[in-house]
Amino acid sequence: MNDNTNVTRKPDTAASDMALLPPVDVIEDAGGITLYADLPGVPKDKLNLLVEGDTLTIEGEVSLEAPEGMESSHAEVSLPRYRRMFTLSKELDANKVSAEFNQGALKLRIPKADHAQPRRIEIAVM
Amino acid sequence: MFYRSVFPRDLLSELDRLQREMQQSYEFSPSIRGLARGGFPAMNVGNTPHSVEIYAFAPGIDPATIAVQLEKGVLTIAGERASVLPPREANATVHIEERFSGRFRRVVTLPDDADPNAVSAKYRDGVLHVSVQRRQAAQPRRISIE
Repeated sequence: MNDNTNVTRKPDTAASDMALLPPVDVIEDAGGITLYADLPGVPKDKLNLLVEGDTLTIEGEVSLEAPEGMESSHAEVSLPRYRRMFTLSKELDANKVSAEFNQGALKLRIPKADHAQPRRIEIAVM
Repeated sequence: MFYRSVFPRDLLSELDRLQREMQQSYEFSPSIRGLARGGFPAMNVGNTPHSVEIYAFAPGIDPATIAVQLEKGVLTIAGERASVLPPREANATVHIEERFSGRFRRVVTLPDDADPNAVSAKYRDGVLHVSVQRRQAAQPRRISIE
């Protein structure tokens, strides 16, 4: 067998794996990071936030009310799923992430760990 | 706002997407009111024999501040979304800034048989759903042969 067969292999990305990239704002202040993400069409119970190791995953399923027999004629939100991942850095406290989700807008607050809070270093005058 | 598609670990479909997007930007004839795609809010439009369904993806907005207007067969959705970014003097750093803020306005031309008196609008999970009924007379009828 040779290893080249892998190159011609069909991509194994299933249709269920495709997702849209939600736009985000990320703001850092002295106490931590605030992340805002737009996930319109995602009900609260279809939103998934996952912190695994140092990876934060935001995932949501779009659920729209559509009358029976509707044919789509124009779609800018073309997939029923959003997904985005971020790598967190060490000084952030992944255990204290708090989230608010209101009308498709997510607000995540990731505080810095206590030891990483900015401290003023006293300069001893000799 | 344009929601980009992400295909993890798959370069081939990523290239495919790029090709599709390029084709769209060259072949899609732009509307007289500007680009057909890419504005805020993003829009999906669907049709049924009885109605036209318009979905505007406008998350995090107070529905009372969204103006939906229907005039001469043109549906306008307008409003404003406040910025969450800190003021310049605040001691904060903006690392990523992708979300839309400010005033927005998008228009959709409705088909001729849309009934301006039978419009309903709902705002749920950040999506404004406008449903416009079609006039009865325009609906397909089966004509019986005598």
